[in-house]
Amino acid sequence: MDVIASLMNGILVALEPINLGLAIIGVIVGLFVGAMPGLGSVNGVAILLPFTFVIQGYTGGATSPMIFLASIYYGAMYGGAISSITLGIPGASTAVATTFDGRPLALAGKAHIALVAAALASFAGGTVSNVMFTAFAPLLAAVALSFGDPEVFALMLLAFATFVGLGGDDIPKTIFSICIGLVLATVGFDIVSGEPRLIFFDITGFSHGIRFLVLAIGVYGIGEMLWTINTSRHGSSMSNVDVTARAVIDAIKEFRHAWRGTVIGSFLGFFVGILPAAGATPGSLMAYGVAKLTSRNPNEYGKGSIDGVAAPEAANNSASTGAMLPMMTLGIPGSPTTAVLLAGMVIWGLQPGPLLFTDQPDFVWPLIGSFYISNVIAVLINLAFIPVFLWMLRMPFTILAPLIFVLSLVGTFAAYQDMFDVWLMVIVGVCAFFLRLLDYPVAPAVLAIVLGPIAEPKLRQSLLFSDGDFMIFFNRPIAGPITIIAIVLILLPLFKLIRDKIRQTA
Amino acid sequence: MRRAEIVTAFILGILSIYLMWKSGEAPDWNPDIARFDNIGLIEGEGPGSGFWPFWLSFIMLICSVWIGINWYRRTSPPSQSDEEFLDGYGRRMLFVVGGGLFGFLILIEIAGFYAAILAFMIYYVRFLGRHSWWATLSISFGLVIACFFFFDIAMRIVLPKGLSEPLFIPLYEMFL
Repeated sequence: MDVIASLMNGILVALEPINLGLAIIGVIVGLFVGAMPGLGSVNGVAILLPFTFVIQGYTGGATSPMIFLASIYYGAMYGGAISSITLGIPGASTAVATTFDGRPLALAGKAHIALVAAALASFAGGTVSNVMFTAFAPLLAAVALSFGDPEVFALMLLAFATFVGLGGDDIPKTIFSICIGLVLATVGFDIVSGEPRLIFFDITGFSHGIRFLVLAIGVYGIGEMLWTINTSRHGSSMSNVDVTARAVIDAIKEFRHAWRGTVIGSFLGFFVGILPAAGATPGSLMAYGVAKLTSRNPNEYGKGSIDGVAAPEAANNSASTGAMLPMMTLGIPGSPTTAVLLAGMVIWGLQPGPLLFTDQPDFVWPLIGSFYISNVIAVLINLAFIPVFLWMLRMPFTILAPLIFVLSLVGTFAAYQDMFDVWLMVIVGVCAFFLRLLDYPVAPAVLAIVLGPIAEPKLRQSLLFSDGDFMIFFNRPIAGPITIIAIVLILLPLFKLIRDKIRQTA
Repeated sequence: MRRAEIVTAFILGILSIYLMWKSGEAPDWNPDIARFDNIGLIEGEGPGSGFWPFWLSFIMLICSVWIGINWYRRTSPPSQSDEEFLDGYGRRMLFVVGGGLFGFLILIEIAGFYAAILAFMIYYVRFLGRHSWWATLSISFGLVIACFFFFDIAMRIVLPKGLSEPLFIPLYEMFL
């Protein structure tokens, strides 16, 4: 009862006019920043962090500035899906998995269904994670801490295995795609030994590594557009999309087909979000993989499955709330954005950690209350603006295509302020176009470059701990079953092949 | 398509071998370490810096050979296809759009982002899209203005201006 009473008090504080106004502004700013290719919640939160001192000076506490930053975070999570679906460029790394099915739906003239599914799944994910956060925060923080290096590596292996076992694509090409993504993720300085690795032709640009967004925007911005121009020679059916309010209402009814992906994304996303060093991007990619794994029609994934949009969108929203949990209860940020939020809390004199809930209830509960309020504001604003987002798709393709090219280049530069990345992004895009012509799946490479920097240190630290014994991934109670499931999934195509051979000979 | 499949598999195989060789490179500052010393387990340090990329590149090499075997057995769709890898339309598209993109990049280095955006939009919308001059110029200038106010002014992310830098000084004085 204490929790419910505290939450109600928190919601009432979050509904005070100043806090409500800040939440609305924060959500709109976040939506816009999240939708812009190359910029994500971390940019919005970091850039507007100094502005919160003005808010603090006016309100006199840490609650209102934190509500403002948290609502930017929320808005950005919703916004990332907009450019993933309408333009095919992931607005942020957290929305990459949304592109896998959101883009094919848009190309088929069903962008309204994808946008509505993304908004409603995000709302569901946000709601589930808020409830879990409120009810089980201290308990879940302890569970997250029980995940050591072998367990996290096993989870990463499972994510790759879902692509191999259930990809439906050419197996050697899928494995090649995963491996090249993982190898590209190692370019730069080795974080364990400090040694330079794979600095091609001594070009200094490689020393900072190949950044994830460079690959993602190259593949989905440039490569995808070249592919679309090459394949849709007489115009794309994308522009046939219905932009009326009626279409949006019909799309809301369609959402009932996305319940499974939404449920998987909401729970799995939250759990991955609370793991230190994971966050919303791995959460959304894993939710996509598991939704596909458990689907009756896995072959529909990647071709325009509504579940394939709902799962990652529910997961990235859920994970973004989940990532707040270790930040607030343990002082460990689960993502770059929560690291900035943590910095903000420390600047305002708060001490994140196990005692935050007991020592600072006047701060914690209004903040949690604002998560609920921001979630409602975000879904309402998002649904209201869907006809505007769809209107973009009605543009002639010869206007939309150069706009996407320009946003890809500007977005890449804006993310890292390095022209080397812009050149590399275009080259990656052209290579991705050629590989796609030969049926090489590109999504696994994108997944791999996100998870690679998490997976490699976990593998190396596990092997250091076990003195080089790979059994560490099998003989631990959590890592063992996950590793075995991953290996079974990797071998699944082989089992299918043997089964088919036996049937043929019988 | 069939020839492109095996040529690509061959190129990717060579790339895999290059990545294996490159992964085993020792750092310049330590002459005591020989090439490929870092691809295994090091006593007291765990796997070396080349362990992960080397073995992944080795798996890539195996996959390239596997793709080659599938090509020989004609089991993958591209290895069965008699279609051209890139037909006349595709080659022309790659030349005008891909070439335009590289031109855009070169122009950014010389004249900055905003002048390059303007030129690329005019090239694409007017000359490839055949839209009217009115539509072309309003979209092109509208995009440049929107980008300037969003990135340079609101987000404080200064895009390179190159030779066009002097044109922006009065705008900075006005808005910053």
